[in-house]
Amino acid sequence: MDRDPHVCVMGEDVGHYGGSYKVTKGLADKFGDLRVLDTPICENAFTGMGIGAAMTGLRPVIEGMNMGFLLLAFNQISNNCGMLHYTSGGQFTIPVVIRGPGGVGRQLGAEHSQRLESYFQSIPGIQMVACSTPYNAKGLMKAAIRSENPVILFEHVLLYNLKEKIPDEEYICNLEEAEMVRPGEHITILTYSRMRHHVMQAAKTLVNKGYDPEVIDIRSLKPFDLYTIGNSVKKTHRVLIVEECMRTGGIGASLTAAINENFHDYLDAPVMCLSSQDVPTPYAGTLEEWTVVQPAQIVTAVEQLCQ
Amino acid sequence: MALSRLSLRSNRFLRPSTTAAALPSSIRRRVSTDTTPITIETAVPFESHLCDAPSRAVETSSAEILSFFRDMARMRRMEIAADSLYKSKLIRGFCHLYDGQEALAVGMEAAITRKDAIITSYRDHCTFLGRGGELVDAFSELMGRKRGCSNGKGGSMHFYKKDACFYGGHGIVGAQIPLGCGLAFAQKYSKEEFVTFTLYGDGAANQGQLFEALNIAALWDLPAILVCENNHYGMGTATWRSAKSPAYFKRGDYVPGLKVDGMDALAVKQACKFAKEHALKNGPIVLEMDTYRYHGHSMSDPGSTYRTRDEVSGVRQVRDPIERVRKLLLSHDIATEKELKDMEKEVRKEVDDAVAQAKESPVPEPSELFTNMYVKDCGVESFGADRKELKVTLT
Repeated sequence: MDRDPHVCVMGEDVGHYGGSYKVTKGLADKFGDLRVLDTPICENAFTGMGIGAAMTGLRPVIEGMNMGFLLLAFNQISNNCGMLHYTSGGQFTIPVVIRGPGGVGRQLGAEHSQRLESYFQSIPGIQMVACSTPYNAKGLMKAAIRSENPVILFEHVLLYNLKEKIPDEEYICNLEEAEMVRPGEHITILTYSRMRHHVMQAAKTLVNKGYDPEVIDIRSLKPFDLYTIGNSVKKTHRVLIVEECMRTGGIGASLTAAINENFHDYLDAPVMCLSSQDVPTPYAGTLEEWTVVQPAQIVTAVEQLCQ
Repeated sequence: MALSRLSLRSNRFLRPSTTAAALPSSIRRRVSTDTTPITIETAVPFESHLCDAPSRAVETSSAEILSFFRDMARMRRMEIAADSLYKSKLIRGFCHLYDGQEALAVGMEAAITRKDAIITSYRDHCTFLGRGGELVDAFSELMGRKRGCSNGKGGSMHFYKKDACFYGGHGIVGAQIPLGCGLAFAQKYSKEEFVTFTLYGDGAANQGQLFEALNIAALWDLPAILVCENNHYGMGTATWRSAKSPAYFKRGDYVPGLKVDGMDALAVKQACKFAKEHALKNGPIVLEMDTYRYHGHSMSDPGSTYRTRDEVSGVRQVRDPIERVRKLLLSHDIATEKELKDMEKEVRKEVDDAVAQAKESPVPEPSELFTNMYVKDCGVESFGADRKELKVTLT
C-alpha cells in the first residue's frame, strides 16, 4: 500500500476493528478510511464494487471475513471478476485480490468451516493460490497484489498464529510455482495450506520408519504447477495427494486427473488422494477431527503406496 | 406568423417558451452548426422524491436538437438492421433491442462528458453508439467477427469502450449495479469531478444488490447516479405484476429520486444534468426514466403475448422520441421535412454500409480462444487445471 497508491483494502471490519483475524491491523490508522474501507455486510455489493473499481485501474484487496461468506458474491466473482477481461476483448483488466480465511477451524460449525477452492476452481479467468506459512503468505500476497489478473488467495483460520522468521528485505513469491518443502526419493506428497503441516508431521514418522517422502506444497491451485509436479513424479513414480478439500470435485480430484492425463507413463501405482469427507463439518471435536485428514492416515497411505 | 402559431397550438406536446418560432430564411440555411441557445419546456413535469425537481425549461440549441435527431435515427436504424440480421441468422444467441428507448441514450450523452462513466445491462447497443462507438464495430461484434468492439468474444450483451468510459454490457440482471458503485468509488478515490451513471431496468429494480448498492453509495457519498430504465416490462412480466411499489424513483428511501419522461430527449438531458450536479455535491440520486421498448425483451420474444399490439402502436404514435424531435425541428423551422428525410436516408446508408463492411470482416482465429484469459504476467499460459501444455518438456 505504501508503494502503490492504487492499492486499497475493503471488507467487513478491516479498518477500525483491524480485521477479524487482525490481518489488516493498523492499516486504517496509517492510510485512512478511504483506502481501508469498512464495508457494510453486503458481500455481493462490495465484491462487485471492488471489481468495478478495478476496471478503472484501482487495485482493491477484497476481504471475505470468512471464505464461506463469499458464496454470496459468487455471481460477481464468476461472471464479472473472471470473465470481464475476456468478454471485453482485453480492454479491462481486473487486478483484484480476493482473500480470506477458510478451511476447518476449531469447532466453528459447518457454515464457518467451508473450503471454497473446489467451487471456484472452474471459473475461467481467475488464479487461485493458497498460502501456508508466514513466508509464503507475505510473498504470495505481494505477488497477488502486483498481478494484473484477479487472484483468490486462500488463507487458513488455524494458521494465523504461526510464527516464523522471515527476511527483512523485499521478496515476492511466484504465483504459479509450487514449493519444494522436503526433497525425497520414494514418494511425492502433494499438499497445500494446513495439510502441509499435517504432512510434515507425518513425514517425521515416515522418516523414522525408513521412508523418504518428497513433499511439495503446490501453492498454486489454479493453474497447477505441472512442471515441478511432473519432475517429481518422474523421480519417485508414486503420488499421494493430501488436501483439506472435499472428496467430490475437490482440488485433489482435479489434480489426480491432471497427473493421470499428463504423467501416466511415469506412475508405478495409482494416484491416491486423501481429502476431507463429503460431510458438513460437525461441531463435536472428535467428529471434526475425523472429517479432515490426520497425520496417522497419511502415514498409513504412504506405507500402502510404497509396498 | 399566424400560420406558425396555428401549427404550434395544434401540437399539444410542444410549448416553446420563446416566441421566435419562424426564423428568417437567411439564418435557416445554416442550421446544423447553429448553437445559439433556445429554451424548450418539457411536456411532462418531473416528479421528485426528497429533492427539488429541476426546472422544466431546458437550455438547448438547434445544432443539439438536430444532433439528437440524427443520433436517434442512427440508433433506430441500427436496431432495425440488427433485427433483420438476427432473422437471417447472422446474429445468434441473445439480441436485446433498444428501439423506443433511444431518447435516454442521446439525452444522457448531451448532459455529460466522455470522462463520466456509464455502465448498463445487456440492452447496450445504443448506449455504445452514444459513447462514440462505431456502427461497424457494433455490427461486427454482433456477428462475432474479429473487428468487433470486444474482438467478437463478447457478443450482443458485452459491448465495452474503455476510452470513452463505457463499462458495458452485462448479462446478469442487476450485477452491474455494484460494479457501477465501484466505478463511482474509484472516481471519488481519484478525486476527479466525474460521475457514474449506472443503468438498470424495472426488472433489476427488485434485486437485493440494488439496495446494498444504494446503502453503500449513500453511506460514502459516492458520485453514483442510479438510473432505472422503466420500460414497464421485465421480459414478460409487467411492473404491476412484479413490484409492490412501482415508484422506482422512491425506492432509494433516503436517497433522493426523480421521475423523468424517458421518451423526451430534452427532459432526459435536463434530468441528467441535474443529477450530475447533485451527485458531485450531495451523493447518490435515483433517476427513473419512463420509457418503452417496441420490440420484445429479446429477439426470441414476439412482445405481443403480454401486451397488446394496440398498446405498442399507441405509444409509437403518441410518444415516439424521434417523432417528437422531428416535430420540434419542424415547428421551430430548424429544418424542413425534406432535410430530415434526407438525413434519415443518409443514416440508413451509413448503417447499410456498416452492415456490409461487418459482413466482410473475418471471424477470429482459433488461437483467439485462449487470448485475453489472463494478462500475460510472469509468463502464465492459461490452460486450466489440466494443462495440456507444460512450461518445459520433460526429458
